[in-house]
Amino acid sequence: MTALRSDLAIIAREVRPHARILDVGCGDGLLMAALRDTKDADARGMELDARDVATAVARGLSVVQGDADTDLADYPDGSFDYAILSQTLQTTKRPDLVLDHLVRIGRQAFVSFPNFAQWRMRLAHMFGGRMPVTEQLPHSWYDTPNIHHVTIDDFRSFLNERNILIEGQWFLSGDKPRNERFANLLAEHAVFLLRRD
Amino acid sequence: MHEDTRFGLDKKTQLLGPVLLDSGAQFAPVEFAYETYGALNADKSNAILICHALTGDQYVASTHPVTGKAGWWARMVGPGKPIDPARHCIISINVMGSCMGSSGPASIDPTTGAPYAMAFPVITIADMVRAQALLLNHLGIDILEAVVGGSMGGMLALSWAALYPERVRSAVIIASTARHSAQNIAFHEVGRQAIMADPRWNNGAYYGHEAPSAGLAVARMAAHITYLSEAGLTEKFGRRLQNRDAKSFGFDADFQVESYLRHQGLSFVDRFDANSYLYITRAMDYFDLAEPHDGALAKAFAGTKTRFCLISFDSDWLYPTAESRRIVHALNAAGAAASFVELSSPFGHDAFLLEAPEMNRIVDGFLRAGESQ
Repeated sequence: MTALRSDLAIIAREVRPHARILDVGCGDGLLMAALRDTKDADARGMELDARDVATAVARGLSVVQGDADTDLADYPDGSFDYAILSQTLQTTKRPDLVLDHLVRIGRQAFVSFPNFAQWRMRLAHMFGGRMPVTEQLPHSWYDTPNIHHVTIDDFRSFLNERNILIEGQWFLSGDKPRNERFANLLAEHAVFLLRRD
Repeated sequence: MHEDTRFGLDKKTQLLGPVLLDSGAQFAPVEFAYETYGALNADKSNAILICHALTGDQYVASTHPVTGKAGWWARMVGPGKPIDPARHCIISINVMGSCMGSSGPASIDPTTGAPYAMAFPVITIADMVRAQALLLNHLGIDILEAVVGGSMGGMLALSWAALYPERVRSAVIIASTARHSAQNIAFHEVGRQAIMADPRWNNGAYYGHEAPSAGLAVARMAAHITYLSEAGLTEKFGRRLQNRDAKSFGFDADFQVESYLRHQGLSFVDRFDANSYLYITRAMDYFDLAEPHDGALAKAFAGTKTRFCLISFDSDWLYPTAESRRIVHALNAAGAAASFVELSSPFGHDAFLLEAPEMNRIVDGFLRAGESQ
């Protein structure tokens, strides 16, 4: 099996066995397959890209082609143990509404995103005077799918406003875990486990 | 199972029934024409029911006795295909109301010795499914590994899952809908009126005389347009003329598309009964899976353990993607295990009958995942 991306590996490790899971923006289903095979999870997915959906379904996964911005409203409250949104938040039109749905549908929610305040981003912006193009965010400003960049501190303050509780948080530099100190400056990726208050 | 005469090609059987119909009537006895491919395994867990579309039949993977053409879904069903007789016991049944050997308006009414014609009861998609369930009982098949169908076949597959959830482990619904829209009904009504306006129709009592072929051909022509896409028609025919260099300034088939449609209409009447066309289109028009649940489609699938796989095609305007999405939303609300994908094809509704490697890849993966559970 292909090794999971490091943020997905954290989620795969933390999920309780036998959980019901909705993976929003599941791609071709790598995380879902890992959760099914290692945690006996009942995993469902949503993905915008038809080819990815076809690959995931051919893998035997239950995935529907859909858009996080419009199609989450159909899922009943608390219908999953976990709703997962990995590397997708920054691509949505209304991340605030998507997050509201996430903590409504899942009793808990995993959210991972690239941290736009990481020092490389800041340097690129401050000294380059250009939109950052990095290994993690390789797109140019005009063709990036990432239309709502967010920093760890932005995210925390949003959670605070919405009364969403943080039940776990993990930070990454490259593939390496790092602690919470100066995460907003030093972490390239963040993974949060959330619950609606 | 090789000695079991219930299984094999070109089978016919009559069952006592009755089928309890949505209209309140009962229908008995019930005749079935069907085919099976592949053997039922020891624990009877590998049966797959294929449901055909409006003018389809049981010849899903074997040569059609009238047209001599290959089975209508030989791309999906056959050796090495996603639905494979080496692995599955495949059952394909001519639906009730049709004209390829199962009970329909052209069948003989045992009480009169003459064809039923308009005395055949008006039936629904659910009635067709109830009849199919009788035949499966006769075959000794309690549980279906899967029910698979495109277009009207998808309606039957959905109805199977809704009526007999404990008998259906997986359902594959392709290019289909959970209800007929006003536009769907409208096109069917044009077809029915064309048949009934043909003087040979004679209120359905034409058996033994000339059939209302002109009306049925027009019905087929109108319907055939809905199976294609504008882009597909443009690509195939454009405004090109048929075997001539200039317009005739008459009403001959000047354009290739006219000639094509006329051919579609004329070849159809050789293999299909006009009254069956009336009855089956009526059944499709009456189809609304949410109706018995006060419009809440999710309730039709409440508590279901069936796995669902839905596929739509982006150029299908007969049963557009939005209809598949509506079903998926209901399945999500019901907590069902559902997969859905919209595939890209220029060929409109008929895409599901054509070469579609992505569709085969999805169906194959979906069925295999069900088999490994």
